[in-house]
This record gives sequence, structure tokens and C-alpha cells, in this order.
Amino acid sequence: MKRIVVIASILFTGAAFAADPIATMRGSTQISDQSEPARMTNWNDSDKKQVRNYPEQPPMIPHKIDGYIVDKNSNKCLSCHARSRTGESGAPMVSITHFMDRDAQFRASVSPRRYFCNQCHVPQRQVDPMIENTFVDIDVLLSGEKKPE
Amino acid sequence: MWGMIKDYWRVFRSPARHISLGVLTLGGFLAGVIFWGGFNTALEVSNTEKFCVGCHEMRDNVFAELKSTVHYSNRSGVRATCPDCHVPHEWTNKIARKIQASKEVWGKIFGTIDTREKFEAHRLTLASHEWSRLKANNSLECRNCHSAESMDPTKQSPRAQEAHEKFLLPGEKTCIDCHKGIAHQLPDMSDVPGWQ
Repeated sequence: MKRIVVIASILFTGAAFAADPIATMRGSTQISDQSEPARMTNWNDSDKKQVRNYPEQPPMIPHKIDGYIVDKNSNKCLSCHARSRTGESGAPMVSITHFMDRDAQFRASVSPRRYFCNQCHVPQRQVDPMIENTFVDIDVLLSGEKKPE
Repeated sequence: MWGMIKDYWRVFRSPARHISLGVLTLGGFLAGVIFWGGFNTALEVSNTEKFCVGCHEMRDNVFAELKSTVHYSNRSGVRATCPDCHVPHEWTNKIARKIQASKEVWGKIFGTIDTREKFEAHRLTLASHEWSRLKANNSLECRNCHSAESMDPTKQSPRAQEAHEKFLLPGEKTCIDCHKGIAHQLPDMSDVPGWQ
């Protein structure tokens, strides 16, 4: 009985895979073929603040960051976004939450655990999502409207 | 020995007895051309990317770092090679820099930066030399290609436009003030003004 169940389940999953292939970056290209990658698009470099999709979202970077190095030696982001640099640069200051260490103490500057900016903040490119996204903005959801297409 | 030197000196000082003035002047002129040509050719050979990366100190550190930057590979295919940024193009300053470079020959012979660790230990010093040189000459080597006069701010991103109009065009800042670490990795920047 057990054996039948095992065989049946293997067959069933096999059939399921065949019927509904998992969407991957390769698309429908066979593993033996070379897929045609999508053309790279330019970074969004508009420097216009982008509205967050939900309140907790780390703000997106509205500019190119090619070649900006963030490591032990230097942090290129902070040469504009550090508190002391914002007067000259006009860039928004790194929010105060980044100054908090793991003991909930606010420090004089960015805490080491919040130092690597692009762990959360990322620049944007105009690309088609690979997988359909059904995300609905909370305001839209609350107002009961349909998701704008 | 001393007698021989005296003899040679006497011959050197006395007017030519067998060679005509024509041969001396024309020959001297030709020899001068050949010597100068040779000198200049050698100078220019020492001013090529190939020459610079001939030493592993340059090839494995700074040149390897340059390769991923826009000054090495970019959409228009123009490349800035080592001397474009690090050797003045104007003759007098070029010679002055070349004489300074004798210190680099010394460093090469005695292996001052012959490992990655030693290079990293010297990186701040070495970088500071280049920053202060570019600061002093108003980023001349940058401006040999990127002149403010031929810059079209309307073709720049809004952010670049604003920064250049605010700081570059009034002459308040020079290129290297903001554009550090664009071609090579940075040293520990914690003591450099404007960096965190």
C-alpha cells in the first residue's frame, strides 16, 4: 500500500511539473538552449523622490549608484546623506533610526548594523516584472477601489 | 690615471684640428636630433599603460581595480590610461613628475609595496599624494578631457546638474574634491574631510 502511494505521488508530481512548468528567468527556453536575455534598461536617475509602496518600505534610491562603494574603508552614500553633509549636498539625511544600536541607544552617527545602505535601499530600473504581482496599495485596498491597471 | 684624465681633458678643450667646422656643427646637430628623438621616445614609452602595468605592483593592485570602472570600459570606447591621469601632459611638468618618479623606482627596487598587504598599508599615503597634486593643479588631468566649458549640464542627470552648477562652475570646488575613488579603490577614509 505504502509503495503504491509513493509511486502515485511521484507520478502525480511529475505530471504536475509537466503541466505547469515553474516560471524561471529562462522563460520557456529549454535547458539545452541559450536564452535571449532581456535588454538592460537604464537606471532611474530622475532624482525625484519615489513614493513608498507601504509605510515600512525602505525608500528607493532615485539615482544611479554605479561605482559607489560601501565598505570598511568608505561609504560613498554618506558623503551626501550623512547629517553633516546634507547642508552642502541637499540630500535627505539618513534617518535617525539608523543611529540606533542593538541596545536601542541612539549613537552619534550611523550604527554599524545599519551601515550597508544597499542591503535595504536599492536604485530602480524600468523593467517588466518576471512574475505577475498582485500587490495592492493599502489606501486602494481600504477605499475598496479596484487596483489601477 | 690622473695623467690620462688630464690628457683627455686637454683634447676635449682644444679646438678641433682635423674635423671641419661644418662636420662639427652638422654632425652635432644630427647627433642632437638622434639623442633628443631617442630621449623623447624612451620618455613616451615610459608613458604607456603597457609600461605601467609591467610591474606587478601596478598590474595586480591599481590596474586590476581600474578595470571595472568607467575610465577603462564604457559605452563610447574611450579609455583613460594610467599616464592620462597620473602624468602631466605639459612638457616641463611631465619631466618634473618623471624625476619625482625616481622615488617609485626606489620603491620598486626595495619592494615597498610588493605585496597586497604592504600596498594597502601605503594606500592612504599614496592616494593623498595624488589628491593633493590634483587639488593643487585644479584637477588639470581631469580637465584635459572633461573641461567645464565643453560640459553641457542639460545632458546631465538632475543631481549632477545641480552639483556642478553649485560647486564646479563658480570654482568653489574642483573635480577631485567630490570624485575621489572613481578609478581605484579607496583607503580608509575616516580622516578625510567630507567622508565618513
